[in-house]
Amino acid sequence: MDRRDTIKSILLGSVAGGLVLQGCKTEVEEKPATTDNSTSEPGGGYGRVPEEIARDKALMAQEFFNEHEMATITVLADIILPADANSGSAGDAEVPAFIGFIVKDMPSHQVPIRGGWMWVDHEANARDGLTFVKCSAQQQIAIVDDIAYPDTVKPQHSQGAKFFSLMRDLTMTGFYTTKIGIDDLGFIGNTPNVWDGVPEEELQKHGLAYDQDWLVRCINQEQRAKDPVWDELGNLIG
Amino acid sequence: MQIKEQPKEYDVCIVGSGAGGGMAAYQLANAGIKVALVEAGPFYDPAKPEYQTQLKWPWESPRRGAGSTREFGDFDAALGGWEIEGEPYTRKDGTQFDWFRSHMLGGRTNHWGRISLRFGPLDFKRKDHDGQGDNWPISYQDVAPYYDKVDQLIGVFGSREQIPNEPDGFFLPPPKPRLHELYYINAAKKSNIPVIPARLSILTRPINKKRGVCFYCRQCSRGCRVYADFSSSSVLVLPALETNNVDLYVNSVVREVTTNQEGKATGVSYISKEDMQEYKIKSKIVIMAASACSSARILLNSKSSQHPNGLGNSSDVLGKYLHDSTGASKAGFVPALMNRGRHNEDGVGGMHVYTPWWLNDKKLDFSRGYHIEVWGGMGMPSYGFGFGVSDMNRFVKDASGYTTGGYGSKLKEDARRFYGSVIGMSGRGECIARKENYCEIDPNVVDKYGIPVLRFHYNWSDQEVKQARHMQDTFEEILTNMGAEILGNKPGADSDYGLAAPGRIIHEVGTTRMGDNPKTSVTNINCQLHDVDNVFVVDGGPFVSQADKNPTWTILALSWRASDHIIDQLKKMNI
Ligand SMILES: Cc1cc2nc3c(=O)[nH]c(=O)nc-3n(C[C@H](O)[C@H](O)[C@H](O)COP(=O)(O)OP(=O)(O)OC[C@H]3O[C@@H](n4cnc5c(N)ncnc54)[C@H](O)[C@@H]3O)c2cc1C
Ligand code: SF4
Repeated sequence: MDRRDTIKSILLGSVAGGLVLQGCKTEVEEKPATTDNSTSEPGGGYGRVPEEIARDKALMAQEFFNEHEMATITVLADIILPADANSGSAGDAEVPAFIGFIVKDMPSHQVPIRGGWMWVDHEANARDGLTFVKCSAQQQIAIVDDIAYPDTVKPQHSQGAKFFSLMRDLTMTGFYTTKIGIDDLGFIGNTPNVWDGVPEEELQKHGLAYDQDWLVRCINQEQRAKDPVWDELGNLIG
Repeated sequence: MQIKEQPKEYDVCIVGSGAGGGMAAYQLANAGIKVALVEAGPFYDPAKPEYQTQLKWPWESPRRGAGSTREFGDFDAALGGWEIEGEPYTRKDGTQFDWFRSHMLGGRTNHWGRISLRFGPLDFKRKDHDGQGDNWPISYQDVAPYYDKVDQLIGVFGSREQIPNEPDGFFLPPPKPRLHELYYINAAKKSNIPVIPARLSILTRPINKKRGVCFYCRQCSRGCRVYADFSSSSVLVLPALETNNVDLYVNSVVREVTTNQEGKATGVSYISKEDMQEYKIKSKIVIMAASACSSARILLNSKSSQHPNGLGNSSDVLGKYLHDSTGASKAGFVPALMNRGRHNEDGVGGMHVYTPWWLNDKKLDFSRGYHIEVWGGMGMPSYGFGFGVSDMNRFVKDASGYTTGGYGSKLKEDARRFYGSVIGMSGRGECIARKENYCEIDPNVVDKYGIPVLRFHYNWSDQEVKQARHMQDTFEEILTNMGAEILGNKPGADSDYGLAAPGRIIHEVGTTRMGDNPKTSVTNINCQLHDVDNVFVVDGGPFVSQADKNPTWTILALSWRASDHIIDQLKKMNI
């Protein structure tokens, strides 16, 4: 098969300017983190080898956190990233399910997370006589305020701060690797296109311009479909 | 266990389908030679949906692209890693060498960085200039015609610059710099450090009808479904298979090269991963291309009464002079890059600009150079994105009053405003090849196929450590020119100035080095064993030194050159 046909099926109208894109869905559908698509699609949906599919199946079949732990994680994740005018909450982006998976995938997270919420529950009990999830929103925030700022944390809360930082990292990663998070961030790549330099407006904002001697060396995207011709010295002459 | 013999006799048996093996298979098959291509890993073709990771979204991976099963992340094309289950290697005398292997059709070229640099005239004759190491027995002039041919067959973008030790080639036009690269260009200029367009084997224009043109997704390491980047499988092996002159054996782990009474090679024996049985392939010629260390291992394991020290090892040099590139990195946060305007700046799967070594004429306290690779930009989030992002508030005192840590909408604001504000650079330099750095067979350990494994012995010398110090100072200077806040502490003498452990840059070469003298080298100028004229090595093994240039373009050129010699000798019936 003419392999250039392959690009045609992905890139219609390949020259700079109006790009018609196909084969890359602009309206992407999101699958929750725990969906097991490993058996239904070839290569598990994204180029998995059989060993990887088997490993993921086994991980999916296990539960690490119990219900109470999941509840704690859900409350904390939504405190870390609540819904606001820009985007939904960690819960909306199914971050707790992601954390539930990642601790099975990376066992090194297990003790810090499980021990961490035990620390939080102990703290809640000591202060309010309740587990963290049962505390009022106000009581919860009081604890969070004590452990959310690692640079100014009081010594008696330092372990709690360590845990909270890990939860914050995992929540952020879990959130920004979903469609909700990517839209919030404004990432607009991962799609066939033609790179033709930094947009003028952006250059101006940074007080920059392309030097002419750079531009003459770089590709003129109007020629991107043209077969190259060199002279015998290697100069590109067509 | 009975060893089964494949009935067919081939002209040539090639071990390994990476850069070196793919090129040999392509050249020989197109010359009408019957080839058995034996590869330890599985088949791979990024044009087929079942292998594709390109253009997938992070949430399609339950671990969001983390590297739990694949070293460089879930979407990376490479199968393998630093450790492979059931295939150990060991280290000697408390030294370190980390060995990266990728077992699959195309080997490590499925996810390599596509940085495609020619060695320069000086790089083949460094000893003439600094008295260290050894000269190659061939010169730039010998290899140049093959570099030219590789450029035109495979495609590489770049610009003609007329820099003495950075030879120009037949380049496709390079892409324009991205925003962070413009910052780099300007900052480097302030210190008189040159920056030129990168040289990567990515098609910015079409090179033949079988391959598409780059559509700028920044994901070459995932394998390109339109074959717009170079990987051995897509560009060499699959077309070679179309000639019908190649039988491809996948999941076949070569144990040794078999020999006859005269000590000549008769083919190879391999273990099939499918049934764990041992098989033999007969051929007139054997070409080793299993990667420098794997080929050395197979040859060392190919002992016989004629070759008691391993095949091609009468010199005792086989496995010695192993060397990897040096490497160190540094990143900085650039306040001017906060609150960036959004646009799609994916670009190609690698840097658009770089700094070639610029101080050949200067007297320094180390003798070989390095080049600088640049990274940054608004990349697609994957596992790790957002970790510690609010720490950046340490450097920012603005109206927001935001501090490090915290929670709530403020964190989303941090993610948005700091997105794409970090620029980093990595140095990749030349290590002087030394006999004391080597791999050998471990007398006590076998892998799960029963094959004795490699044991490594490797130390950096003062030369490499001082080079790393120079890298750190340079990176700091460039970042400071940019107004950046440098991230992380500056590594000092106690950590070799951040010099990466040997092996970590994944440019293993030198184990079957070429030379005119059979007492001090393993192969001759045609990559042919001095001891056995029907065995060739076309991976990085024959390198005498590796310059600060990544090795693959030279592997490809030398493999083509050796293939021409083999075709010629087969025609003349000399082998
Ligand atoms: C992340 C990364 C980035 C890189 N970036 C660059 C870059 O930008 N520029 C550059 O020039 N280089 C780069 N490299 C290095 C480059 O990949 C190698 O130089 C190149 O692939 C070497 O080709 P090779 O044929 O020697 O070996 P490989 O590509 O490793 O191929 C060897 C093949 O032999 C097979 N094999 C091994 N043992 C056996 C056996 N016993 N039996 C059968 N088959 C066997 C392997 O499975 C493999 O397929 C990079 C490497 C990595 C990992
Ligand atoms: S950046 Fe270009 S060459 Fe690389 S994978 Fe994407 S489309 Fe292919």
